[in-house]
Amino acid sequence: MTWDEMTPLLWEAAGQTAQMVGWSTLFTVLFGLPLGVALVAFDRGGLLPLPALRSVLGVVVNIGRSLPFIVLMIAIIPFTRLVVGTTIGTAAVVVPLTVGAVPFFARLVETALREVGSDVVQAAQAMGASRTTIVRKVLLPEAFPGLVAGLTVTIVALIGYSAMAGTIGGGGLGDLAVRYGYQRFETLLMIVTVVLLVVIVQVVQSLGDAVARRLSHR
Amino acid sequence: MWGFLVIQVSGLRKLYGDTVALDGVDLRVREGEIYGVLGQSGAGKSTLLRCVNLLERPTAGTVTVAGQDLTALPSRELNRARQRIGMIHQHFALLSSRTVAGNVAFPLEVMGVPRGERARRVAELLDLVGLGGRGGDHPHQLSGGQKQRVGIARALAGNPSVLLSDEATSALDPATTRSILDLLKRLNAELNLTILLITHEMNVVKSVCDSVAIMAGGRIEESGAIADLIRTPGSRLTSEIFPLPEPAPPGSVTLTFTGDPQRPVVSEAVRKFDVEISILGGSIEELAGGSVGRLRVSITGDTAPALAFLRERGLLVEVTP
Repeated sequence: MTWDEMTPLLWEAAGQTAQMVGWSTLFTVLFGLPLGVALVAFDRGGLLPLPALRSVLGVVVNIGRSLPFIVLMIAIIPFTRLVVGTTIGTAAVVVPLTVGAVPFFARLVETALREVGSDVVQAAQAMGASRTTIVRKVLLPEAFPGLVAGLTVTIVALIGYSAMAGTIGGGGLGDLAVRYGYQRFETLLMIVTVVLLVVIVQVVQSLGDAVARRLSHR
Repeated sequence: MWGFLVIQVSGLRKLYGDTVALDGVDLRVREGEIYGVLGQSGAGKSTLLRCVNLLERPTAGTVTVAGQDLTALPSRELNRARQRIGMIHQHFALLSSRTVAGNVAFPLEVMGVPRGERARRVAELLDLVGLGGRGGDHPHQLSGGQKQRVGIARALAGNPSVLLSDEATSALDPATTRSILDLLKRLNAELNLTILLITHEMNVVKSVCDSVAIMAGGRIEESGAIADLIRTPGSRLTSEIFPLPEPAPPGSVTLTFTGDPQRPVVSEAVRKFDVEISILGGSIEELAGGSVGRLRVSITGDTAPALAFLRERGLLVEVTP
């Protein structure tokens, strides 16, 4: 296969990967951030101690994290159909990617929030700040560098998960490597795809690190 | 000299499981005074302080601040009451994500003060604590003393009637401790700010407090105005401020005197009566309310009239049997 033949394939696949990762990152933050906050707030000694609910959430999150992504993707096909109306294609992959990444990201959010000193939270309580104010103006801003670091790790994981999207016709760089590189013995394409993935991951990680460092005032 | 009771704590008990942290504590802090709670770590003083703004909910007892029974308030009302109670912390508890000005602005945001007024008030507060012009810095760029000044500015944002100080100088070096204590004293005088502070350092009590409570094992062992405690026989405070060798030798006399340390009462007693007085030990301490001296002497000869004379001159005379 020549470069001229490869280029459009690579572009198309990179676009699909970007779409899958982009949308699922957005939805992961949308659902994972509140879930992470809930894991911290509902804990014993938290802002709104609801230990029973906290335990249930903890178990759900752990189940989500213990399923291999490829199994999860197939297992939730009925749910995917319910949400996006189809079970194949790029849009259909966003659903399992999000479901897979939300518990992962929520745990990272939990860890980042726990790094915020209890003295700062208590100082805010002593000032008469409400729980929502404490979450919005103390916990999240104080944990922001950690949250960015967690988000970076999550995006990298999503790029990895998205490679399995080929199984349900989602396309993307990983799928390209499997279909052409492995199944058709296009070694060059395989190598180019892998290099491309490595570069993307590097760029995402470095960007994330730089932003986290820039935001940190410790 | 002082007005009404700003903080009134009665029958306070706090249990953590089977552990008794507070075992029936009563505390009365009058308007405009600096009240120190002194005790070792584990004495329960921190729990007591945190019960005053209900960061800890007491197991039993009531807490009244500025005439409001906090223990009876629903959470929204409690939050409003807390906005009128400032608090400063041992490790400052500043938000690292915000600038100095942002930290001071935080309680104003909580209170819903509009942006323009907030900026004006922040500048005013930073000037008050001697940090004018540092508003744009981040806390990590400041020294410990400066961080505590930010903490104080933040605590004063809501014009509180009461300032709670949780070991505010314990993480600071002696010179910085001095300057923070001076600042607290100044604010106390200028703003008529009532301050309730907890500390394990006698020095803090000696240099700023008008009243003190000594805590141990979740109870208050002794409390009152320092000037009164000094004149109370057998006071723990007095013996802790003046570490004379204990136990006192039998027959020795301990004299505690306040006011002008230059008054020659002892030599006067020797001249007037047929007694010999030899000094066993003693010291003079500068307290917030003036200087106080304590002398351990042994008196031989016609002791009874000499002791009566010393009492008459306003000295506290304690005879060890």
